[in-house]
This record gives sequence, structure tokens and C-alpha cells, in this order.
Amino acid sequence: MKITLKVWRQESPDEKGRFDTFRLDNIDSHMSFLEMFDVLNQQLIEEGKRPVEFDHDCREGICGMCSMYINGRPHGFQSGTTTCQLHMRHFRDGDTIVVEPWRARPFPVIKDLVVDRSPFDRIIAAGGYVSVNTGSPQDANSILVKKSDSDAAFDAASCIGCGACVAACKNASAMLFVSAKIEHLSRLPQGRVERVRRAVNMVRQMDMEGFGNCTNTGACEVECPKGIKISNIHKMNAEFFKAVWVSSEEVEA
Amino acid sequence: MIKLDAKIPEGPLATKWTDYRSKVKLVSPNNKRKLEIIVVGTGLAGASAAATFGELGYQVKTFCFQDSPRRAHSIAAQGGINAAKNYQNDGDNVYRLFYDTIKGGDYRSREANVYRLAEVSVNIIDQSVAQGVPFAREYGGLLDNRSFGGVQVKRTFYARGQTGQQLLLGAYQAMERQVARGNVKEFTRHEMLDIVLIDGKARGIIARNLITGEIERHAAHAVVLATGGYGNVFYLSTNAMGSNATAIWKAHKRGAAFANPCFTQIHPTCIPQMGEYQSKLTLMSESLRNDGRVWVPKRAEDVKKKPADIAEEDRDYYLERMYPAFGNLVPRDVAARAAKKVCDEGRGVGPTGRAVYLDFKDAIQRLGHHVIEERYGNLFEMYEKITGDNPYETPMMIYPAVHYTMGGLWVDYELMTSIPGLYATGECNFSDHGANRLGASALMQGLADGYFVIPMTIGNYLSNDIRTPLPETSSAEFEQTEKEVKERLEKLMSINGKRSVDHFHRELGKIMWEYCGMSRTAEGLQKARGMVQELRKEFWKDLRVPGKMDELNSELEKAGRVADFMELAELMIIDAYNRNESCGGHFREEYKTPDGEALRDDENYAYVAAWEYAGMDKDPILHKEELNFEVVTPSTRSYK
Repeated sequence: MKITLKVWRQESPDEKGRFDTFRLDNIDSHMSFLEMFDVLNQQLIEEGKRPVEFDHDCREGICGMCSMYINGRPHGFQSGTTTCQLHMRHFRDGDTIVVEPWRARPFPVIKDLVVDRSPFDRIIAAGGYVSVNTGSPQDANSILVKKSDSDAAFDAASCIGCGACVAACKNASAMLFVSAKIEHLSRLPQGRVERVRRAVNMVRQMDMEGFGNCTNTGACEVECPKGIKISNIHKMNAEFFKAVWVSSEEVEA
Repeated sequence: MIKLDAKIPEGPLATKWTDYRSKVKLVSPNNKRKLEIIVVGTGLAGASAAATFGELGYQVKTFCFQDSPRRAHSIAAQGGINAAKNYQNDGDNVYRLFYDTIKGGDYRSREANVYRLAEVSVNIIDQSVAQGVPFAREYGGLLDNRSFGGVQVKRTFYARGQTGQQLLLGAYQAMERQVARGNVKEFTRHEMLDIVLIDGKARGIIARNLITGEIERHAAHAVVLATGGYGNVFYLSTNAMGSNATAIWKAHKRGAAFANPCFTQIHPTCIPQMGEYQSKLTLMSESLRNDGRVWVPKRAEDVKKKPADIAEEDRDYYLERMYPAFGNLVPRDVAARAAKKVCDEGRGVGPTGRAVYLDFKDAIQRLGHHVIEERYGNLFEMYEKITGDNPYETPMMIYPAVHYTMGGLWVDYELMTSIPGLYATGECNFSDHGANRLGASALMQGLADGYFVIPMTIGNYLSNDIRTPLPETSSAEFEQTEKEVKERLEKLMSINGKRSVDHFHRELGKIMWEYCGMSRTAEGLQKARGMVQELRKEFWKDLRVPGKMDELNSELEKAGRVADFMELAELMIIDAYNRNESCGGHFREEYKTPDGEALRDDENYAYVAAWEYAGMDKDPILHKEELNFEVVTPSTRSYK
């Protein structure tokens, strides 16, 4: 396959970026999208040029590290797919493909296609856990969990934290990410105890990081590589508003 | 000269850990606050340790090269985690899990460590469930289990095909909770490049900030390495692209013994290689062998036919035929070698002839499409994305690939390496899996080490340090180590040759797979050693690293890692050459039974080979830790 790539290049967070155009003449249709970038970078190194920086690690769709905005869509057009799992057989010979980094103010560009997603870690630190120390908790089977609850919690917990939802949203809202964690934990009896506090603290941190609000366009759900549902956001809002009816001690504790 | 002392507690096997905990020295809460611990790596072993240290009150710094601790490669573990809960009432208990692990490891691991692992396995499940890890459940609300290779009970807990992800998120979240409380400080996009010793003790690290390229000094009272395995020495493996051996290799060069480096696990069920450009191999969880049947055509002339066109009687379900007792659930090393054997006979399928079928037709008929989807949905989806084939309709094609390294830094019962104050946990130590790891045991070991073992054992060391102030990073030792780190980076940058890091990495991988992979010979290993030495010379003469040192430069990161792999590869070869027997993942063609099974030599090789670094281009020094089996009697491992 012959592919033309227009790739966003940016030397550092403060510098202005630009698009560079590259021609690749020998792309195998079995290659993954990132393997095509490997080929591009080998070519650039041979020519004595600086290769394109991009984030990637597990290359099996689970670490959430890869983050390319391909032809105007995070992780490309194929639904339920991370960039590393997108294969060239879904493109046509002669295609021109435009690749950009995640575009969202809370995720500043570090270099080329690499962005800073550390706000997600800080949101988890604000409350995305069950407060239990390592020790001797009760026997695992002493907590009964309805299968449907367990399955729903799992569905929400399968978020990989890649940030495609933020990149897809015109408001750069992180609500799909945040609500998935809130739903995962509040669905289970183990996480129900501190559900209100969790919602309030995580939402507060989310706002502090500069993410926008949800206006229900649903782009995040469409682009999420793991199929996280927008209904989580409705549940998160419900959790958040419950805080009005509980004492401030329970929220702040 | 290193002196190995495993420090295994006295007394009967079943009470060693309890006795140890009753006698181990403690550090009081007000002293814990004054003690700092560095944890390198934030996978299961690292994150669980960091979280627990933080909860206990220690001051912790964590380091990972990824942009978030949650992305460590534990996240990719699919199938499950073992625990001797006996929830299924099928006769499981701590002893059986211990015995299966020792036997599965082909009697090349320490009894005391493995017994402790089996003991704490039950606590891991309780802990993870309390954290909200959404394990699979039955309709009654209880936890579900499945079976894995090399065992005859159902003791594996799982969260669909994403068990590693869910367990890691549990540990990561616990760790972030400590970050919020100020007990843990996390350094992401940082890579440890060396360890700093003061008076022979590990007192800090030199790390590179991968965004700015700045070289940083970090001091601590103790350092814990939880940096994972070194399977990427083979270039193609199921590891993540960034998984590397740099931290443990630097520790080795500073005096930590490296144990059983040649013990590599080749996983039988991976998606076969499709082309030269391929950057990694993808695992298809072993759990698939619960319901999938492995076969190849009986006759070599049938290999190009479509699988559906091959009649039932013309198929060879070779694992069921060769190992009737365990069938498709034989351990990984056995299944991998059997796949190689049938492919060597010319009966392999797929475009390259290096693949076998894993067929779900019978299981779908027996259980229904729905059940199979629920059990393996995400794996089937992943397979279809990569290959373009639908495994509900046509059998999967699989082939063995490098997956895990049982070898690693030598550690004693307390998980301390041969450098005082330097610990190794999880895959980067050698301790629990002998010559072959059983499925669903890596997650168990990572979390056992991190949640339950090291938080206890490190106190025994740190209790002597309560009066030691945090070392000054301006000391001569930090100065000197940083200088050496910078010199090496400058050297890599200044070669200015013609070939990229990937070129050399690929070449190294080919040599290792060919001569130090699934089967090895003395002759091949000798040849490979020369080839690796040559390649290493070539590397330092002809490498090209573009860009600068003081910026984000992933080529420079890779260059440093591959330079270390080049040295480690030679040690693996030396170890494989030294071990004149076949055991577990180490198969020497010269040592096999008449029907082709591994032939162990307990008289001469029932020891841990712990290698001491003797300097560049010098032969390493072999230290032997004899393995004493007090409870189990090593026997021929039979799965027939």
C-alpha cells in the first residue's frame, strides 16, 4: 500500500506546531497503525531526521497509552478499537491520513503526538478507590454481589484511561472517565459506603483540572475504545446531587 | 565476592512464615515516617508494595517510565489469579497449590518461598475483593473459578479476560489514595538508570526524566525493584514495547546476583507472527485451553486445506493424544514444545507453517455461543482485530511466543538481593516459579510479594536504620554514579553510525530465538555467544541515535535498554550452556527421554545458578544455592 501521512509536529509545549507530510510506499495491509509509524520512524532515522514521538506500550489495546487523533477521530474510525489495534487493511491504497495529538487544554502537548494526561491520576487520587488498607479483610465470599451488579461494575471498570473521551468532546469534558470509576465502585457493596464523598471529591478535582462540562452530544461514547456508556454520566450526576441531602461531614470526612 | 544466604527460617514448612512474622523486627509508627523507600516499577508488585508501605506510614517514591502508573504491563495479564480458597470443594488447599507450583516449576524453586506464596494467596483474593475488584461471579453472588494448565482443580479467579487490568487498577487506586495523603510521591515518565551504593548498601537511584532528559538523584533508606521481566531480549515477545531489563541489569552490575537467567517461558497460545515488520506478539490467554481443543492435520499434505475441509478423523488432537490425563491443559512448557514438534514434522498450518489450530467448535456446540462469548468475548474480539478472522466460525491459529522470565535477581527469603537494602519483587526476581511458571501464578506472586511479604520483611532491615538520616544526594557516591550514567548516554549519542536501535534489537532477538529459545544445544549456544559478542561490538560502532539528550527522545531510551539486553543475552546463553539438563522452559536437545520429554539431572543440577558480575567481557562467577527438598520428593514430571 502507498500511504501519505500528514502528522502534527511540535517541538515542546510552548512552541508552535505544524503538519509534516510523509510518503510511505511499502505498507503491508496486515500492519497495525503503530507499526506503520515504526516504518515511518525507521525511514526518518535513515534520512538523518528526527523521528515522530508518539505514546504506545502494550500494543494489545489495554494499557491506554496510545493516543492518536486519526482523520479527526480519536483512535481512528473503527469503533471499539485503540490505535494499536487498528490495522492498515481498513485503509485504501493511496489514502492520505491526518494524525494529530489529543486536543484538549487539560492535556497539553509535550512533543509531537505525546500529551500529558496526568490530570487523570489526580482525579483517581481524589477519591477513585475503596478506603481499605492492606490487612485481613473479610473472606471474599462473605460479600455477596448480584451477578448483574458485578457485570455492570466490570463494564465500567474496563475503562483504560486513554483519554479518547476528552479528545472527542467539544467541551474537553472528562465526565465519561470520571463517571466510569464512580459507577464501578458505587455498584459494588464494597464501594457503596463512601459513594457520595467519592463523587463530590472526584468531580471537584475534575473541575479544578479544567475539564469542561457535559452537553450530552454523546461523542465520548461513540469514540470510547472500550464501549463505556454515557449512561454512567447520568448516574454520576445523580450521585453528585445526592450530596445535597447528606451531612457535610459525610462528604468531607 | 558474593555470599549467598537464603535466610530460610527454621522449623516445619507450614509454620515458617508464621514463625518469621512472630519474630521479625518491627519499626514503630513514628519511626516509619522518617524512613524513605524507593519503588521502581508500578505494576502489580510495585504498586501493591508502594500502597502498603504508604499505609504503614513509610515515605515512598515510585518511578515508572509510562505516563501513568496504571499502564504497567501487569495490565495486560488476561486469564486469572490462583488462590487456594477451595471454594469449589474440589479438594484444593494450600499444600496442593504449593505442590502444583513446585512440580510445575520442575523442582527448581525453593520450598519455603513457594509455600509462603500458596499461604498468602487466599489473602490476596480477600484484599482485592475488598478493594472492589470485579471478579466473575455466579448467580448466587459468590465468586466463580476456572481451571488452568498443570492443575486438576478450579482455583483460578478471573475478571473476564482482563484480570490483570482489574487487579492492577485495584493496586493503583490504593496507591493513588496514598499519593493524596502525601505518603507516596509518584514520578511518571522517569526511568531508573542506575543504583547508588553507599558503604555497600543501596541508598538511592539515578533516574532520567524522560520529558526533559534531566538526570536526577533520589536518595532512600532502601530500594525496591519491581520492574518486571526481560522477555524483550528476544525482540518479539508478549511484553509491552517498553518492558526492559535496565534496572535489574544495572543492579546486577553493581553486585546483585542474577539467578537462573536462562529460564524463559515460551507461552503456547499466541497469535503467530505475520511479517518482518511485526513489533510484538499478542498472547491469547491460556484460559482458552479450558474450552478450546488444539489440533493439526494428521497428514502434512492437508496443511494448506481450509480447516473446515479437514474431516474429524484426519485431525490430530495431539495434546489429548499425548497427555490424556491433562489433555489440552498441560503446562505451558509442555504445550509449547508439543506445538514445535508437530510443526517441525511439517504439520503446522497457516502461511508460514508455524501455527496450530485452537478450535472452539465443540465448546460452542456444548455450551452455546453466549457462554463462550461471556467467557472469552474480549479475547475473540482482539483476535479478530489482529488477524481479520472470526474465531467463532473458524479455528484460531496459535503458536508459542516468549512470555515470561522465571529467572531474575537472586533474592533471599526476605526478597532482598545480594546487595543489602536492595529488594526485588514480582517477575524481576527469580524466587517462586523454578524452571516453569504455571498459568495464573504471576499475578499471585506479584501481589503476594507487594501486599504481604515485603511490607513485613523490609522492616527487619529498616529497623537498623531508624537513626540513619536520609543520605545526602550531594555525596561522592551519587556524584560518581551520575557521572557514569551521563557518560554512557553521551557515548550512545556520539556513535553516530548508520543503523537504528530497532535494527540491532531485531538481530539480537533472532539469535536468541534461534539458539536460546524453545530448544537449545551446547553447540548452538556456543555459536550464539560469539554472535552476540559480535553484534554488541557492531552496536557500539554503528548505532545511530537521532535527537538530543536533553529532550523527550524515545530512540535514546530504547538505545539504553537494548545496550543492556545485549549484555544480559550473553549471561542467558552462559547459563543455558552451564545447565546440562532439561527442566521446565529450559530444554536442551542433548538431555531428553526416548519419547522426547525433558530429562532433569537432580544429582548435578538441583541448584539455583546465581551469577556474579565480574566485569565487561569477563566470564561471570557462578554461585550455587543448593535446593533442599524436605517435604516434596522431586520426581519425573508426568502429565500423561
